[in-house]
Amino acid sequence: MTAVTDRQKLQYIAAKAADSRVNVELETEGMILNMGPQHPATHGTLRIVAKLDGEQVVAAEPIAGYMHRGYEKLTEVRTYPQITALVNRIDWLGSFANEVPFILASEQLMGIEAPPRAQWIRTLLFEMSRVANLILFLGDMGVQLGAVTPAFFAFRDREFVLDQIEAVTGGRFHPNFDRIGGLKDDLPKGWLVETKNVMNKVRSFCDEIEGLLMNAEIFATRTRGIGVIPADVAMQYGLSGANARASGIDWDLRRDAPFGFVYPELDWKVWTHPDGDSFARFWVRLQEVRESTKMIDQICDGVPGGPIMAKVPRIIKVPAGEAYVSTENPLGEMGFYVVSKGELAPFRVKIRSASFNNVSITPWLLRGVYVPDIITILASLYFILGDIDR
Amino acid sequence: MTQVVLHPMLGLELAYWQETIIRVLLGLVALLLLTGGVVYLYLFKFVSFMQSRLGPMEAGPYGSMQLLAEVGKWLQKEDIFTEDSDKFIFGIAPAVVLASTFLMFVVIPAGPNAVVADLGTGIYFVLAMSSLSVIGILMAGWASANKYALMGALRAGGQLIAYELPLVLAVIGVVISAGSLNLQDIVAAQSDGAIFGWTGIGNPYILTQIVGFTIFLIAVQAELTQTPFDMPIAESELVAGYQVEYTGIRFLVYFIAEFATAVAFAAIASTLFLGGWQLPGAWGISDGAMNAIGPIMISIKAVLLVGVVFWVRFSLPRFREDQLQKLAWKVLIPLALANIVVTGVMKVVF
Amino acid sequence: MANKPKVPGIVKGLGITMKTAVETMFPDGLLRPPSPTRGASTVQYPHEKEEPVARARGVIALKEDNCTSCMLCARECPDWCIYIEAHKTLAPPRREGGKPRSVNALDRFDIDYSLCMYCGICVEVCPFDALFWSPEYEYSEVRIQDLLHDKSRLDEWMETVPDFEPLEAGSEVKVKKVPR
Repeated sequence: MTAVTDRQKLQYIAAKAADSRVNVELETEGMILNMGPQHPATHGTLRIVAKLDGEQVVAAEPIAGYMHRGYEKLTEVRTYPQITALVNRIDWLGSFANEVPFILASEQLMGIEAPPRAQWIRTLLFEMSRVANLILFLGDMGVQLGAVTPAFFAFRDREFVLDQIEAVTGGRFHPNFDRIGGLKDDLPKGWLVETKNVMNKVRSFCDEIEGLLMNAEIFATRTRGIGVIPADVAMQYGLSGANARASGIDWDLRRDAPFGFVYPELDWKVWTHPDGDSFARFWVRLQEVRESTKMIDQICDGVPGGPIMAKVPRIIKVPAGEAYVSTENPLGEMGFYVVSKGELAPFRVKIRSASFNNVSITPWLLRGVYVPDIITILASLYFILGDIDR
Repeated sequence: MTQVVLHPMLGLELAYWQETIIRVLLGLVALLLLTGGVVYLYLFKFVSFMQSRLGPMEAGPYGSMQLLAEVGKWLQKEDIFTEDSDKFIFGIAPAVVLASTFLMFVVIPAGPNAVVADLGTGIYFVLAMSSLSVIGILMAGWASANKYALMGALRAGGQLIAYELPLVLAVIGVVISAGSLNLQDIVAAQSDGAIFGWTGIGNPYILTQIVGFTIFLIAVQAELTQTPFDMPIAESELVAGYQVEYTGIRFLVYFIAEFATAVAFAAIASTLFLGGWQLPGAWGISDGAMNAIGPIMISIKAVLLVGVVFWVRFSLPRFREDQLQKLAWKVLIPLALANIVVTGVMKVVF
Repeated sequence: MANKPKVPGIVKGLGITMKTAVETMFPDGLLRPPSPTRGASTVQYPHEKEEPVARARGVIALKEDNCTSCMLCARECPDWCIYIEAHKTLAPPRREGGKPRSVNALDRFDIDYSLCMYCGICVEVCPFDALFWSPEYEYSEVRIQDLLHDKSRLDEWMETVPDFEPLEAGSEVKVKKVPR
């Protein structure tokens, strides 16, 4: 199929799907299946309108926006500490990771750098939010494929990580801990030792998931060769994070642009997989969790002493300018473009969220797959609706 | 029939119709008790322990009354018919599925005399009755006027019919070994049989028919639409598939039918492969004692096999529809046919 | 599709679930009687309750003596859920023969917990250490109006505020004391 006919087909399908948004009719040829906003397989309120021929998808289109909360408009009337509290809720599973690019962009505008201890602990909490987020992915992939038990193991072991985050920040899901110039508070006594215990439990959970889910032959037949994304297509659609690395693209912002973090001082590696199918995406994330636990162990051993907060004024007014910082969030690349006019609130904040670009590949990817494979592919792409819709 | 029968245990004289009523009632009670026990034990407790949690604990001691609470909850729900659904067929589809389940229990023996109807073609009747549920599922899917239900029902139709064949073929090996279709004869053949002349544990067909046993269990898993073969229900995609539009009593009927069928198939498997209600004949337990021990024995064996079914259900992910069909047609049926050939040869030679 | 030659993967998976089931039922090993309540990872709330950590953000407590109604918390709250009303009054002079000082006295200090998003900005910006976090979380009400905690109720929460914990080695932050 040449590119021209693909585009024509996509235009035709988009026109039909636009009709289906207004009035849902049963087409005479094929069937339009609306995996509507309320569906257990889409992680949240994503709507996928699929045109089926029997059990095979002819065309599909995702319709997002059911969870739009107006973040970028909200930030225009909130002060910087308030925005930090709100931004936790974009990608609610990787809680701390949402605050970091915003804080880094604001620090860049103010010309402040956080002290080393704050940078180390920031990296530590960033990795812990990655671990928490990806543990849930590992369990959730099982649920989407029909194995309900791995999800319970995932939640059980995720609780330990959340307990550790709560012990530092006071909140399990919404830490609200990052501040311009450093962090809000310091670590309580005994926390570093306990965190290393928790990382041991996470590693044993990874082994359990590998034995229970990944090595099951049924899992391999369900995911190998399903939803193959070639590397050049992945780059064109702007995939990031584990999705891109599973297609063989060796790109990790933690290594290539570690602005504000201490990744250069740690001993770790980036995991890629050449296949680009759903199995590869699962495998890459599993290895990333293991790698993160090792990184957290290294950070726990190496946190330097020192102040936790740089000297910042009480009332924060960020000088005029614009800054864009993007970081390697658990879901992909998340970036904040902050435009300030020197007032209490920013003039404009643009949030580049990873899941929005990750979902954009679904029309291309879902052509010709079976209905059960839609579920597998969506589960392996791993998006959070709050991240898509903001 | 006005034939008068002396009831073995009570020593009373009963007409045929009276005896039939007693048998049917006792059969129903046994069926519902076993189903309820299995639901509690496996669906509430065993799966919870596998998932590192406790399951229901509040309703009754250790949550034992949870099933009654659930039944009460389902009974008091509103009986909803969607506007476009075909109301008559939508209404009786659960009854068709339940009828096929109850009919399966008619021939399962639980003791020397404890069987509702001792048919000469016992196992054939059971397998025929189990296929009736497909009709009920297709009725439910089509009459629901819901695309998800329709997809689930069509998948179920394909899957259940495909897995009927391994089910039947696996049983033929046992029938050849026992030489009869009657379930009581199969039980007797196992308990009175001998392994290379040693009668210590009789001759349970699980030992000689291990391949048939495995195929039977896999086919049972598929007939019950349990993971890894639960494409028709596929919770994370179709959200209950053909059952999606049902609430209240009708959903309860599907729920009971699913677990009662599980118990029925497990009882049949234990009758065919584990020796049923009999203990090995060499142990010399009298018939009178077996009247009491028999039901207990078959209950234990059936519950154990249901446990295996649920253990597999809650541990494995599900197959896709075409992979499922490939497994049935390309793997299980050739294996079952090979099993029949080998069994036949062995039976003639030895 | 053809599982026959590669059975072990599935069998190992079954083994893991069975192992978890056994561990949940027999947390002390197979020789002791089963004790599911101790083996499970869940807590049987409300019969047994987990202790939240000291820093857990459960409810906000107010130390009225420290509050000077500077209105910073009400201004910084992202949800505007703090309602403060105060009036000026005269306090005794600091030294003998001096002028009476004019101070703010609180009339009303309400926090509406139906709006509060538990971000902690109010606790953080208070310059006079009048607001504190307490890990108490069991204050659900039947009516929404009852979620508006007034001054006296916020004062009651002060008893549940734990002391600030000691910090990790290498920290240069001074641990503050909670005024009792």
